[in-house]
Amino acid sequence: MTTEKIYFYPVWLRIWHGFNALGILLLIITGISLHWSGDSPLISFKTSVLLHNISGIVVSVSYLLFFFGNLFTSNGFQYQVKAKGLAKRLMKQMRYYAYGMFRHEEPPFPLSEKRKFNPLQKYSYILVMYICLPILILSGLALMFPEVIIEKVYNFSGIFLTALLHSILGFMVSLFLIIHLYVASIGKNPLKNYRSIITGWHEMNH
Amino acid sequence: MRVHFLTEVHPSYFIQNHMLNRIPVLFILVLLTCGWNSAGQENNPLKEGAKACLRCHGEPVYTLINSFTDQSQKKMMNPYLIIDSVKFHQGVHRTFNCTDCHDSGYETYPHSADLKMMPMANCLDCHGGDDTYAKYQFERIDEEFIKSIHVQHVGDKFTCSSCHDQHYYQSVARNASSVQEIVDYNNEMCKDCHGSTAKYRLLTDKMQRPLNEIHDWLPNQQLHFDNVRCIECHTQVTDTLMVSHNILAKEQARKNCSECHSANSVLRASLYKYENLQSRSGKGTLNAVIQNESYIIGANQVPALKILSIIFLVLALAGIFTHSFFRFLKK
Repeated sequence: MTTEKIYFYPVWLRIWHGFNALGILLLIITGISLHWSGDSPLISFKTSVLLHNISGIVVSVSYLLFFFGNLFTSNGFQYQVKAKGLAKRLMKQMRYYAYGMFRHEEPPFPLSEKRKFNPLQKYSYILVMYICLPILILSGLALMFPEVIIEKVYNFSGIFLTALLHSILGFMVSLFLIIHLYVASIGKNPLKNYRSIITGWHEMNH
Repeated sequence: MRVHFLTEVHPSYFIQNHMLNRIPVLFILVLLTCGWNSAGQENNPLKEGAKACLRCHGEPVYTLINSFTDQSQKKMMNPYLIIDSVKFHQGVHRTFNCTDCHDSGYETYPHSADLKMMPMANCLDCHGGDDTYAKYQFERIDEEFIKSIHVQHVGDKFTCSSCHDQHYYQSVARNASSVQEIVDYNNEMCKDCHGSTAKYRLLTDKMQRPLNEIHDWLPNQQLHFDNVRCIECHTQVTDTLMVSHNILAKEQARKNCSECHSANSVLRASLYKYENLQSRSGKGTLNAVIQNESYIIGANQVPALKILSIIFLVLALAGIFTHSFFRFLKK
């Protein structure tokens, strides 16, 4: 078995990923502290507010790096949606994770310089990075400056609806993070993918 | 200082003696407004005595007769003595004569200067020990009030009327249709002194610091000022009283955010108890939260979403555990 190394993740992408990962982790911990701030919260309410605001700004600014990095570099191709045969591709990858990999089958979508993600990864990243995160950032900014929020939407408080949306999406991103961390451990060596997002080099086993 | 050659007269005198030449016009006006008057009287419970006082004290300008020149003369009313007749009419004491609280000597015009020194009736003179007002618990309020930092610092000079203007008093906490109305009405009372150097100096010689400076530790300061009452943090919650009256010293004020920002928020027993009493059943349900007018981080929780989130989290973790197990087994 030979090991080939491919340069997968450029510096800007790794910087964004680092800031994003730390920021999102802090946002989740402080978000839980704020939402369930009772007698013994993880972090005190006041500290949580401050840390949540700071990490929210860090994630927002680093999102701009992600967005424009993908807009102006070839990395953006990894996020192009191809609707034709999408369901079939997703099913194929799901079958591999649920069955094929335990029978030591070859992955249906082997990674290469042109294809850094399998279809399940790709579309979950698109969903999180281009739908969930922008709404989370916008609703978070609105909650930071609540005077910009519409006071009433029919019989509902505008701030309440914004906070509800923010919390639901925050929870979805938290679930994504858990699954993302687990899926990253899938492979011959569980640490291989974690190493590559730090060094930029992805090991390909043949 | 009064000038001796001036004789001030009550406006009714002015109307009687100086408008006789306008009788035909008045007669037509009376005829035209006859229907309005008779309908209006039903909705206008003001006593004749109060109406008489408001003829001068309800206007920025009043008229007197200068006996030296025998001419009518217009004068500016002292703005602190002007009563907003619309607000008075909305207040709970609208059916009172002014002399029910003020000295009966005020019925004579011009008023004697000594009247200013006469003690006025206080709230408990009417409301204390009377079963009619038992539900308002005036005696209990008085007990709490005496313990408050206001009375402790200022003493007897601090009375009910230092905060509650009896002319306009409304029972907002009991009757308001929205939390915002309760907040605005209450906070205006505090700001009346704590946001005004003149009124503050009436009670103390201490220097007053701006409210935003004192509360600079408070995150989202304006949001708090606009949406909760000052007494939420500055009083001890008293379950049995509609409004807590024991204003605490600033050192004892609530500063722990999670006392409000938690599922067991103290606001449920203070600001939100009015809504709870009147229209809410099943605290913390989705409907109750949605009906809420504002959002309090930590206090507004939706139980259905909480259960859903736990289910999804357990499913995700179970999935990961099962997958890991098979990975290990088929290694």
